[in-house]
Amino acid sequence: MPSEGIPMGRTLAEKVWDDHVVRRVEGEPDLLFIDLHLLHEVTSPQAFDGLRKAGRPVRRTDLTIATEDHNTPTLDIDKPIADPVSRVQLETLRKNCADFGVRLHPLGDVEQGVVHVVGPQLGLTQPGTTVVCGDSHTSTHGAFGALAFGIGTSQVEHVLATQTLPLAPFRTMAITVNGELPDDVTAKDLILAIIARIGTGGGQGYVLEYRGEAIEKLSMEARMTICNMSIEAGARAGMIAPDRTTFDYLEGRDHAPTGADWDEAVAYWQTLRTDDDAVFDHEVVIEAAELAPFVTWGTNPGQGAPLSASVPDPAAFADAGEQLAAEKALEYMGLTAGKPLREITVDTVFVGSCTNGRIEDLRSAASVVEGRRIADGVRMLVVPGSVRVALQAVEEGLDKVFTEAGAEWRHAGCSMCLGMNPDQLKPKERAASTSNRNFEGRQGKGGRTHLVSPQVAAATAVLGRLASPADLSTGPGNPSSRETVGV
Amino acid sequence: MEAFTTHTGRIVPLRRSNVDTDQIIPAHWLKKVTRDGFEDGLFEAWRKDPEFVLNQPRFAGADVLVADTDFGTGSSREHAVWALQNYGFKAVISPRFADIFRGNSLKNGLLTVVLPDETVRALWELAESDPTAEVTVDLVRCKVLAPGVDADFTLDENARWRLLEGLDDIGLTLSNEDAIADYEARRPSFKPRTQAA
Ligand code: SF4
Repeated sequence: MPSEGIPMGRTLAEKVWDDHVVRRVEGEPDLLFIDLHLLHEVTSPQAFDGLRKAGRPVRRTDLTIATEDHNTPTLDIDKPIADPVSRVQLETLRKNCADFGVRLHPLGDVEQGVVHVVGPQLGLTQPGTTVVCGDSHTSTHGAFGALAFGIGTSQVEHVLATQTLPLAPFRTMAITVNGELPDDVTAKDLILAIIARIGTGGGQGYVLEYRGEAIEKLSMEARMTICNMSIEAGARAGMIAPDRTTFDYLEGRDHAPTGADWDEAVAYWQTLRTDDDAVFDHEVVIEAAELAPFVTWGTNPGQGAPLSASVPDPAAFADAGEQLAAEKALEYMGLTAGKPLREITVDTVFVGSCTNGRIEDLRSAASVVEGRRIADGVRMLVVPGSVRVALQAVEEGLDKVFTEAGAEWRHAGCSMCLGMNPDQLKPKERAASTSNRNFEGRQGKGGRTHLVSPQVAAATAVLGRLASPADLSTGPGNPSSRETVGV
Repeated sequence: MEAFTTHTGRIVPLRRSNVDTDQIIPAHWLKKVTRDGFEDGLFEAWRKDPEFVLNQPRFAGADVLVADTDFGTGSSREHAVWALQNYGFKAVISPRFADIFRGNSLKNGLLTVVLPDETVRALWELAESDPTAEVTVDLVRCKVLAPGVDADFTLDENARWRLLEGLDDIGLTLSNEDAIADYEARRPSFKPRTQAA
């Protein structure tokens, strides 16, 4: 619960919350000020419609920004969009932004990309801010020590009209990751393991704070991967305290403060740490050294296991509901209990999304496929998270590494993460995907998704079956080897 | 928003947990720019199965959905709520809802009621043995009543009041214009801006 001014230690989330209270009245939700509102084409049209009907303007166009990502094609972006319904939605966003004075980065613009990749790279996502977007993966921005959460279209309209939101109180959960991650374990493996541990509803009502040595050592991009998937544990938001890594990432970006403002900002940001005497409502502790590459076998992100494991037997779950869910998942996924995960063959590999579509992710996948060929019959799609990421990758020659290995290098957008554009799985087609949701039909009707890290995605593309880079260096004959590969 | 006070209807028993928003309304439906016309997309994939509960004639016209835990997980798409409403549902009962879905539902006048596992099971069994049985979801008294079921539920007082009165949230917030303007006046200058005001 946000504190009531009692002199007691506060958590990071409580501090940011308290700093944004516009109005607090007993028995009512706090009214919070919103520092940054991100928009995209899918969840905004009905909100702008509502404003028009009520004759209301956008209160703070200077705190609002829009981009196009969910519907945009990743091929032939200079041609008119083939799908007329998608085209209407993009045209609607363009008209709404023009009518209401909102800054927009449309398809073809150098700042276009997945909304959660664009905000941070522009330096708009900053510590201690409140960030909202009509998109559940807004939790990504919590990596900067921002309180960031997804909202529905009614709330989008509310923020457009008032720049505030009435919000119900939250509970706090500390997820402490002790020690150092093994070399072959990435942020994606860590967050998949966390979700498997606490469950898809385990974070419900909570703001999660990821902390501990392993988290402090992560880059900003890896931290974004972690916070991005907080929503898959059902959490309201995920946060990481800002530190030197955060400040270094921000300094010099387009919208980062400069001069005296920078000094003032950093002084404030340094206060954004959970006090030593603060109490979390719940605590989870994870030992980094015990982690290994992690993949999902089922149809929700909590149904995951270490890559070295086998498809679980539904009967082994203690809870009857989980048994049933596992049975249904295996049926949908076309898997039988006991099959080693490493023996699962895939048709498609997708590298991209707001979870793993940033430059470090592409570098990591490229380093695995470099000098190798992806397996016959496997299609590998590499979709940068934003145009800026794509340009950087081209500068580093990563696009060539991918295409020479036989992968397809595409234009930036959400793409196969949710299959709203033409990039979709066919029924029963199986994919290893660096995205965040393995729901039934998420990547295309009847498609089967295994969530993986960029490294595992790349190794899987090369071998045509779920694999980690370690399997490549020792050959498929010795899949149990845990030899690590530096990336 | 339409007010919700009390509703009596028949039950659709959905014995599924983790009913995510991609199941409730698949992404390709999200290209529409209106709030209506989503009824055919509701549970689109599952409805291909003739045995699926919504396809069973005995549950035709029933408008209280009773599902297993973690209903509405996944994306923030309010389209999931619109689809349920467009199809005709007035209330959804589950042991646990995803936060964003719940917030969206209450803002649109779709009542989401949290009841314990046993009560949810009792409602399933009731509907399966007698599809004509009626359930009353009463927001005034915070009760769910059906043959053999008399369950109390709780809902945040403020949310309940807004729902009972069918209030417009934005209008309410804008009545605090002074507080918002005050806050804006004291915001630090180092905070980011997307463009000149
Ligand atoms: S990349 Fe995927 S998860 Fe991220 S915003 Fe796009 S559709 Fe949503």
